[in-house]
Amino acid sequence: MQPEQSADAAAEELLRSVRQTSRKGRLWIGSLVAVCSFGLFAYAIQLIHGLEVTAMREYVSWGLYIATFIFFIGISHAGTLISAILRVTHAEWRRPITRMAEAITVIALLVGAPMVIVDMGRPDRLLYVIRYGRLQSPILWDVLSIATYLTGSLLYLYVALIPDLARMRDQCTAIAGWRKRLYRILAIRWHDTPAQRAHLEKALGAMAVIIIPVAVSVHTVVSWVFGMTLRPGWHSTIFGPYFVVGAIFSGTAAIITAMAVFRRVYHLERYIALQQFRNLGSLLLTLSLLYMYFTLSEYLTSWYSAESIDVKLLKNLFDLHRYGFDFWVMAMLGLFIPTILLILPKTRTIIGITTASVLVNLGMWLKRYLIVVPTLQTPFLPVQGVPSSWIRYFPTWIEWSIVAGALAMFLLLFTLFSKLFPIVSIWETLEDTSDVPTT
Amino acid sequence: MTRREFLRAVGTFIVVAAALRWKTVVALAMKPRQAYPPLPSEVRRGIPGKKFVMVIDLAKCDGCRKCTQACQAMHFTPAPREWIKVYQMQDSPTAAPYWFPKPCFQCDNPPCTKVCPVDATFKRQDGIVLVDNERCIGCRFCMAACPYTARFFNWGNPSHTSEELATPYSPEYGFPRRMGTVEKCDFCPHLAREGKLPPCASVCPMGAIYFGDQNEDAVTNGQGETLRLSELLLDRAGYRYLEDLGTQPRVYYLPPKNRRYPAPPKVLEVSHAT
Ligand code: SF4
Ligand code: SF4
Repeated sequence: MQPEQSADAAAEELLRSVRQTSRKGRLWIGSLVAVCSFGLFAYAIQLIHGLEVTAMREYVSWGLYIATFIFFIGISHAGTLISAILRVTHAEWRRPITRMAEAITVIALLVGAPMVIVDMGRPDRLLYVIRYGRLQSPILWDVLSIATYLTGSLLYLYVALIPDLARMRDQCTAIAGWRKRLYRILAIRWHDTPAQRAHLEKALGAMAVIIIPVAVSVHTVVSWVFGMTLRPGWHSTIFGPYFVVGAIFSGTAAIITAMAVFRRVYHLERYIALQQFRNLGSLLLTLSLLYMYFTLSEYLTSWYSAESIDVKLLKNLFDLHRYGFDFWVMAMLGLFIPTILLILPKTRTIIGITTASVLVNLGMWLKRYLIVVPTLQTPFLPVQGVPSSWIRYFPTWIEWSIVAGALAMFLLLFTLFSKLFPIVSIWETLEDTSDVPTT
Repeated sequence: MTRREFLRAVGTFIVVAAALRWKTVVALAMKPRQAYPPLPSEVRRGIPGKKFVMVIDLAKCDGCRKCTQACQAMHFTPAPREWIKVYQMQDSPTAAPYWFPKPCFQCDNPPCTKVCPVDATFKRQDGIVLVDNERCIGCRFCMAACPYTARFFNWGNPSHTSEELATPYSPEYGFPRRMGTVEKCDFCPHLAREGKLPPCASVCPMGAIYFGDQNEDAVTNGQGETLRLSELLLDRAGYRYLEDLGTQPRVYYLPPKNRRYPAPPKVLEVSHAT
């Protein structure tokens, strides 16, 4: 068979998910919309009654929303950063997964950043951040760096999408008119000339380099929201790198999970193979060990030197009646078990690596919760004569519903993205001569 | 209409308009300016020439919590919110227990104002840290940043008394309070403008709370006893709570030596010593 034909066949195969949606697919989208709507309903209640409907009070003044914010911003490091690093280092196996990685970034930012607005007491005054913004506040650093990152990753995602948009403009004829128009406009007269290709490669190369420091800055400044305070467990010099490693860790796990799902659902077995899982699995293993190392140095130093306020925090964190249970669940699920799964040759299979990734995501979400809440429950002054609701914290159904809504929104946007655009970059995959699938 | 008529008409119009304008300007200038609330610019600047300071004599405090109640009454604060809170402290199992009234320390290096994204909480020239609840976006970063648990949040829609609602809002006293905004002890600058003590100091039956101006080097308590600030701090070994955090509080404590009241019972949770 001619290579030309096989390339066309491959492109056709990769476009299938864009062309048609199965009944199951529609059901999935429908249920996501339902969960999102319920989240919106919960948020409406919160808007009317204020944050009183949450479990947050004077001591635990940040909770599930902020933990989820950090979680999503962490996930967002998956994409652009990893695809950029792999592009810069010319890792050929990256080709079929760059698109979904980049999409994760954009979608996680779109869903994660508004979590801060959900947490605001006065969302009606959101624009004050621009009108009265003080650059001295770490919140402004967050706003600026997340906005830069979002713009950058959107551009990066879009530029790499142009050749595929042109392909869809030319090849997808049996689709709705608005979609034809969308592809035509977005493809900005791309005709795949060698000159255009050269420009594209150059632009992508440059953007890949620029986006890396931006991504690192994002999670660094997120960590500084905590690191810049005087609170035990937050006021730590390693918080920047600790958060960045955590972000890439959970981001990598998110890509692997997405890979496994899309591979199954869209039958991409020929493009996303064990090789991709193994390579990302090794990266995940490295990051897991690194994260363990950071966690150990963080807690061991404060435990050993035993400054009184740190000891108080550690007691709260490791006491099995307080957060000790959650901490060890986090350590087991998020770090130890995945590490073992990723090391043992027997479990270095697609299923094993995917299981590890799902566990890492769960563990990392729990870890973010354990970063936010116990510190707030460890004030310098003793807790006296206040209602127990001020110091105890367990999220209310409103908080859970909004967070579930956000998660559903993430999945929904991801699904819709994969329905509108090829989830595997066709032109990049075809370009890789070493790996063209033969039919 | 000739050209001249037209010009005259225009001229008359301008003169009349100017006169009317002038009248409003005069009327505005003649109107006695309301003393309270002070203009927003004054609220942000603070009272010129002052540096407010508080000294709390732990040897005198007997834990009656009258300061807290007076503060709550004055600011319409809903219980259990306490802008000034009386803690029962004991720095170690062998150390002596003592009562410890704690307002906002109006830190000179305030971690709370540093982090505010919109300048809703700010430090004034007279040393006071205030919150503007018309500006606060409710991010609660300042609450997380304050190491002294001095800040409170209006989680829900606050209930108001009609008296509270009749007062126009000013950050100098912090009410009527609004949903989704932060509040805290403010050293009562609206009373200081009238030369009065804050209610916590004026009601303290033991005279344990002194309030005054560091520039005048004088502090006064509710019994009308006025002392020289510098001498008081020297003689009685005044200190600031958690000095090593570097927040530079404007509230000084005098150690509970030679107490005038029976010691409070020992407490279970040992507090963090300075
Ligand atoms: S005590 Fe807390 S709220 Fe008051 S000035 Fe200091 S840091 Fe700010
Ligand atoms: S809660 Fe209000 S006063 Fe506090 S940091 Fe945020 S905007 Fe500023």
